[in-house]
Amino acid sequence: MAKYILKRVLMAVVTLFIVICLTFFLMNAIPGNPWLSEKTPSEATIAALNEKYGLDKPVTVQLGLYLKDIAHGNFRNSIKMQKDRPVLDIITSMFPISAKIGMIAIAWAILIGVPLGCLAAFKRGTWVDSLLRVVCTIGISMPGFVVATILLFLLTGGIEGLKLFPTAFDASTWKSYVLPCAALGFYPMCYLSRQTRTAMLDSLGQEYIKTARAKGLKNKKIIFKHALRNALIPVITYLGPQVAFTLCGGFVVEKVFSIPGLGRYFVMSIQSRDYPVIMGTTIFLAAFVILMNLLVDLLYKLVDPRINLSKGGN
Amino acid sequence: MENNEKSGKLLEVKDLHVSFFTPAGEVKAVGGISYDLNYGEVMGIVGESGSGKSVEAYSIIGLLQSPGKVVGGSITLEGEDVLSKNKQEMVALRGSKVAMIFQNPMTCLNPVYTIGNQLMEALKAHDKNVSKEDAAKRAMEMLELVGINNVEKRMKQYPHELSGGMRQRVMIAMGLICHPQLLIADEPTTALDVTIQAQILELMKDLQKKTHMGIIFITHNLGVVAEICDKVSVMYAGKMVEQGPVDDIFYKPGHPYTIGLLRSMPRVDAESYERLIPIEGTPVDMLNPPDGCPFAPRCEHAMKICLQKMPPYVELGDNHRSACWLRVQEQVAAGKTGPAAAENKEAGDHE
Amino acid sequence: MAEKKHQKVLGSLQPDVEDILSWNDLPEGSFEPASTQEKASFIQDRKSVSYWRDAWRRLRRNRVAMVAMVIVILIALFAFVGPFFVPYDYDEQIRGANNLHPWHYSLEDRAAQDPEAAIEQARQEAAAEGRTLSRLEEAQIRAQIKAGGASELKPRLFGYTDEELQRKANGEFVFPHVFGCDMHGRDIMVRTMVGARVSMIVGICCAIIVLVIGALYGSVSGYCGGKVDAVMQRIVEIIYTIPEVLIILLLSATLKPILENFQNSGNGPLQNLVTILGPNLISIFIAFGLLYWVTMSRIIRGQILQLKQQEYVTAARALGAKGGRIIRRHLLPNCIGQIVTTTFLQIPSAIFTESFLSFLGMGVSAPMTSLGSMCSDALGGLTTYPYRLFIPAIILSVMILCLNLFGDGLRDALDPRLKK
Repeated sequence: MAKYILKRVLMAVVTLFIVICLTFFLMNAIPGNPWLSEKTPSEATIAALNEKYGLDKPVTVQLGLYLKDIAHGNFRNSIKMQKDRPVLDIITSMFPISAKIGMIAIAWAILIGVPLGCLAAFKRGTWVDSLLRVVCTIGISMPGFVVATILLFLLTGGIEGLKLFPTAFDASTWKSYVLPCAALGFYPMCYLSRQTRTAMLDSLGQEYIKTARAKGLKNKKIIFKHALRNALIPVITYLGPQVAFTLCGGFVVEKVFSIPGLGRYFVMSIQSRDYPVIMGTTIFLAAFVILMNLLVDLLYKLVDPRINLSKGGN
Repeated sequence: MENNEKSGKLLEVKDLHVSFFTPAGEVKAVGGISYDLNYGEVMGIVGESGSGKSVEAYSIIGLLQSPGKVVGGSITLEGEDVLSKNKQEMVALRGSKVAMIFQNPMTCLNPVYTIGNQLMEALKAHDKNVSKEDAAKRAMEMLELVGINNVEKRMKQYPHELSGGMRQRVMIAMGLICHPQLLIADEPTTALDVTIQAQILELMKDLQKKTHMGIIFITHNLGVVAEICDKVSVMYAGKMVEQGPVDDIFYKPGHPYTIGLLRSMPRVDAESYERLIPIEGTPVDMLNPPDGCPFAPRCEHAMKICLQKMPPYVELGDNHRSACWLRVQEQVAAGKTGPAAAENKEAGDHE
Repeated sequence: MAEKKHQKVLGSLQPDVEDILSWNDLPEGSFEPASTQEKASFIQDRKSVSYWRDAWRRLRRNRVAMVAMVIVILIALFAFVGPFFVPYDYDEQIRGANNLHPWHYSLEDRAAQDPEAAIEQARQEAAAEGRTLSRLEEAQIRAQIKAGGASELKPRLFGYTDEELQRKANGEFVFPHVFGCDMHGRDIMVRTMVGARVSMIVGICCAIIVLVIGALYGSVSGYCGGKVDAVMQRIVEIIYTIPEVLIILLLSATLKPILENFQNSGNGPLQNLVTILGPNLISIFIAFGLLYWVTMSRIIRGQILQLKQQEYVTAARALGAKGGRIIRRHLLPNCIGQIVTTTFLQIPSAIFTESFLSFLGMGVSAPMTSLGSMCSDALGGLTTYPYRLFIPAIILSVMILCLNLFGDGLRDALDPRLKK
């Protein structure tokens, strides 16, 4: 077990390193510089600013310096958007909102999606199944911003008398969280429900279900003990990518609902070429996603006894 | 001895018809088969893939999946009509009176639960009052009975940690834990290595003697039949083409299909240059079964009448019957017509 | 003993007395051997149908998938043929059409509604009578029209600018702005068409790129096995855990200006290609191509590993067939169903991601449009002009939905084993 975890953690670190390098080179390949705004500064000013922030050195040298800084826990300061504010400070102040919305969204998606998928599988071929399939297929076909804007339009005053939720985001009331979480969780909910249905049907078709029936077990026991546990195994594997997807879907929801979250800030930082912010946010989000994948991976190994952890998996 | 009180008929199947209602039409998977089985008897059902032998067995234990349906005939188990039972009664019947073990022990055990869990579960399903300790004790006894050592450890293991033969032993233990009267074994040795096959057969014979239960042994391997069975039914395309005591089937086969099966089986005593003779051709399309004998297209002796009419059963010996026009022809030629023919036990002894 | 056998208990096993009696009456020649032809004609063979024929038959029977296909075709016509029929360009700013609604009031209605016009008329009448209209009378007329006419002003379908209404009144045919115009006076319908076209091109191109890279990588990895496979799979694993959206965002931001520079650097065939497709689209293609082939390669590798074990591949190998030939002739045809399905389902997923990028302002850039960026543009005026957001959003969603439904149908049809 320990060996396996170590191996996965090592892989995660390698991945993160690759992401850092990739981001660094990509970011530097974006033409333009942070100093362009309404009025173009003179050549001399740009050169001076570049020198001040170390942007005049070759990219590889910059990367080396940056890695050294990170190793010391220094994510540098913003050079444009919130000038001279430490990036780490920006992240820690903005991430909690994003994380809160993301976690609530994924939680309700799992709590509703998985049971719905089971329901559809048991009721296979009936109207319940058809209805759920239609809803879920529509759900995975609507981009996040469509769901978000529809909710925004319908429930914040677009329709007369239906102003249930505030239009402007206010982190202090729960009401502000309802719509973003609903919008963000809708896609993963539908996706998980579809996957659960498939997995459940697959599980119900297995031979051990036949054995359980031949043993004389009651239907309830067959479904909940034998089929569900096996069906959940593949569903867990979908969770990792879903968490990542939800996190990134957060970018859109944050834009629609004007939430001051990290995703929105990340997009803005790319547009304004605020290099340290781009780097810091990418590293942070990537690390988060990689960590989630790692956790889901370990969870998977725990649920499925067929995987022998002491031998290093696979 | 307790064996004595359990003699006589255990299972009686009469003119059973099972059909699958597929979008393409009705598939008559089992088209009227009958047999009976006494306590302590082992009957082999032999036939190739798709001949309906598993379907027939599933209908006894009520495991037929939609779109399969019993459309005619009756099944009587210990004097009770199985087909008229409702769902709850069937659930209670399964595992307690009738148990079934399947072909592939690799996929038949739930991979995410321990052996002990799955064994005890079978027991608890039929005896709610049994305590956990008792159930564990019974499960361990059963495991020992089927020849598994180190049972305490095995109870905590998962199926993937056991070998194929071991898993099949677990399956057998699971089937027998509630002391059923009838065990249906659906090709229990097919997926196993030859040496393991022999062990499992030995075990089943042994257990059968100990418990005096009836066994229906489904297989396509005549060698296995010779090993374990008392009587044999040969199925082809949903019809029972021959039925009789195991010695009669082997030494006096009355149906060309049975003969073909025997010829395609390797024999230890065969001359080295003798080749196995395959049965040419493929089985009939079960969606459009022809009127005549389903084996006719592959039969080297096929006659005109074979293609027009299903042959009747002809008595070839004590409890030995065969459905083939060749046998009819012989009896007609011998001038033995009418009901007397059925009484003549020597009628089919030309082979 | 004999009696027992004659009882009905044996069912069909019981020798049927009637039948036995009739044995003597069998037609003559019954016991003659049957000829081979007779035996052959005994079994009525069902016609064997080819794989594709069979798949098409199954697909056609799937009503949902067929309806979805028709809708996809309709949207494709709308996107690719539509712009030829509309006399406006997607980046053409029509004078006076800023924020035009998709409805209009006819000139007559409006004249009847306009108090100033009525006052003007009354003034003229008064002037003819030789007096001036008093303030009081003007106010009365205003109040009259306001009280009486508000309900009469009824919106008519489609948007027209004042100038266009005038031209229409003069008997000219003026193409209406069916969905209205945006804040810059650009026809929304044309923009939707072009946006849908962008989405479809992105979807199809990305699917092809993913297919080519994934199939090559997966089949090489699966076929070679051993160390090659191990190394290639580590790479796949790493790419798999990279948060792709982050990288795609960065990639598209990076590639776009680079491609623009490249486009302006000369006049070669490659530069022309970039010009035709637009640097935005190409950067999205590359971003997709670099990251999304992973799933495809995994599927194909899995298939190949499975098939590799089968006898006919061993047989082909034993006969001396070369690796490439085995992949082409034996392995690929056997996983073609899954490849087609996965490729097809890549189309909606690419459209999905492209709209996401465009919505964040990272996809195609102005004046080129896409459904995602149209939605993004409309976000500001959501309460006043909701249709500006909902029209592209609905078309986008319906397009993805139908592609998904058709893809599901395709999967069921091509791989009947998966059908549940």
